Amino acid sequence: MKKLLLATAATTLVATGAQAEDVNIGVLLGYTGPIESLTPPMADAAELALAEINESGNFLDGMTLVPVRGDSTCVDSAAATAAAERLITSDNVAAIMGAACSGATIAVLENVAKPNGVVMISPSATSPALTSIEDNGLFFRTAPSDARQGQVLANILMDKGITEVAVTYTNNDYGKGLSDSFISSFEEAGGTHTINVPHEDGKADYSAEVASMASAGGEVLVVLGYADQGGKGVIQSALDTGAFETFMMGDGMFADSLMADLGDFMGGSFGAVPWSAGDGAEAFTRITEAAGINGDSSFTRESYDAAALIALAMMAGGEATSEAAAANILTVANAPGEPILPGELGKAMQILADGGEIDYVGATNVELIGPGEAAGTYREYVVEDADYETVQFR
Amino acid sequence: MEALNAIVALSNFVLVPAIAYGSQLALGALGVTLIYGILRFSNFAHGDTMAFGTMVAILFTWWLQSMGVSLGPLPTALLALPAAIAVTALLLLGTDRLVYRFYRAQKAVPVIMVIASFGVMLVLNGVVRLIIGPGDQRFADGERFIITALDFRRMTGLDEGLAIKTTQGLTLVTAVIVVAALFWFLNRTRTGKSMRAFSDNEDLALLSGINPERVVAITWIIVAGLAVIAGVLYGLDKSFKPFTYFQLLLPVFASAIVGGLGNPLGAIVGGYIIAFSEVGLTYAWKKVLGYLMPESLAPDGLVQLLSTDYKFAVSFVILVLVLLFRPTGLFRGKAV
Repeated sequence: MKKLLLATAATTLVATGAQAEDVNIGVLLGYTGPIESLTPPMADAAELALAEINESGNFLDGMTLVPVRGDSTCVDSAAATAAAERLITSDNVAAIMGAACSGATIAVLENVAKPNGVVMISPSATSPALTSIEDNGLFFRTAPSDARQGQVLANILMDKGITEVAVTYTNNDYGKGLSDSFISSFEEAGGTHTINVPHEDGKADYSAEVASMASAGGEVLVVLGYADQGGKGVIQSALDTGAFETFMMGDGMFADSLMADLGDFMGGSFGAVPWSAGDGAEAFTRITEAAGINGDSSFTRESYDAAALIALAMMAGGEATSEAAAANILTVANAPGEPILPGELGKAMQILADGGEIDYVGATNVELIGPGEAAGTYREYVVEDADYETVQFR
Repeated sequence: MEALNAIVALSNFVLVPAIAYGSQLALGALGVTLIYGILRFSNFAHGDTMAFGTMVAILFTWWLQSMGVSLGPLPTALLALPAAIAVTALLLLGTDRLVYRFYRAQKAVPVIMVIASFGVMLVLNGVVRLIIGPGDQRFADGERFIITALDFRRMTGLDEGLAIKTTQGLTLVTAVIVVAALFWFLNRTRTGKSMRAFSDNEDLALLSGINPERVVAITWIIVAGLAVIAGVLYGLDKSFKPFTYFQLLLPVFASAIVGGLGNPLGAIVGGYIIAFSEVGLTYAWKKVLGYLMPESLAPDGLVQLLSTDYKFAVSFVILVLVLLFRPTGLFRGKAV
């Protein structure tokens, strides 16, 4: 009991003592639920960016950024909303880095962020629905929208002169959203799709789906599924029956296991996958290795960039508020200005303090377009000798 | 030429897959119908019995493969069949001893037996997942194709290809052999005749000196054989995953009921009816009709009656229709 009292007293002391100088930043990710294995490295990366800024001591006259974690669960919108409420009302966060999944992100934005005027930057919500959502200028994301991926895929086909395709997608929000955006971009560019067939994951047999696609015809089969689930089953069945020989694959189909099993029969197939390359990605690898955290996991780069952007925008606005962040995120993220790589956040703070301009490059070559979402870089690949060969970056 | 192309396209995407699937369903339905005829209840555990048997066959196959044994162009799993059937037969006799015999002695009504089998199903479900895990297992080896689509096109010069997988050919051949052997056994042997007598009228069979426990034991052993063969063929042709075997229960029961529960011939016909309806109703007929009709009449749309999402619903609908209009099934089995 004595210890407990002591601990409580100490916490209160720290909390009150710190209040004057601290700015709380919510790190709202799905720590439990279907992506719970991805989120710890994501949170580490976001907190690494904040720690880097704190270390420099340049943030708004020595104020300290304090990350506060909240669990958005990914699947339970009510729990995500409650966690965000808690961050805003009881932890008094100035901005939220999150949420992780598209569904939770939409719920938090609609129910909590908008009414309270708190800015959100999601590192990993890719749903096209978030592009057109009414966000009062409060929502940004460092992950590219699947709408953009749909365009990239359509462009690849157009460049190859392919105008007629059959499409199959995994029957969930991701697959449906991606296939809708792909088809609308493709038809806008003058292509036609002969059929659009959903497939369920985890089935033993996809011959019925493949049979209808074969009947509908098309030069290539566009597979927007998962490499270790139905997407692979569809390709296997299509190869077996000789229905299609060439496939175009979305980002969920990028896996070494697919090449190991079917790569020998898929020569000439192609696709696209979000990719980070160049100085920013290398610098990020360096600093995460130095800090001893996992920087190779999915969306860690986007998480680092999201947290960095929040702080940089607040710095540019001159105050630790959501208004300042929302007004300046696009300015600090895009040209003109001094390019900023991961590990150079302290330098960026100094430039901003001196009244200069920065162009945050970050780990993912951040370039925010439209209503504030990453343009994203995609690697176009072609399958050769059961391996992925890079064609170009788009 | 056009007509040939139409026939080949139809064979490749409808006839060949449906015949293979139908044979697998027929073997599964034979097991269900035998249990219904002789033990007088619907065995809900049949799908998971198939999963269990296939799992044992997979384990034996892996062991054989590790010893370097192979059958050349045929899958090694065929060698594992006898052992798998023996283990599964022991399992079924064990569950009969532990569960069903108790209810039989009490002259329990069939619905109690059905619920008991439901419990057995849940236990088997867990056992299979504990031993081999819930994921996909591939155990097919040997030659993959009898003829590939590409070779066929090259040989015939047609636009359409016809692919026949080794496992599809194997399924049909095995099914024919097994069904012939089963009918010979039921119609020609003394044991088979005593089983049919027991099925027709239990009391009369008892009076004429047939040992009921022996009939029951032989039924379980035959059912084990049918379930394992059906499961292994399905797993070779598609892939093994405990959950998909559980889902097979629906089409298997639909086949048995459409044909008439308790009637072996009905189970076979039912299997093919369900398979052909599932594949045929969800097939887009555009290509086939395009070859057959003159150009001006060729369809623009897909000519697909049902989207492939509704594949499982087809068995449901047929089941409901049969139960509504002809509860005894096409071949006058027993009413459910």
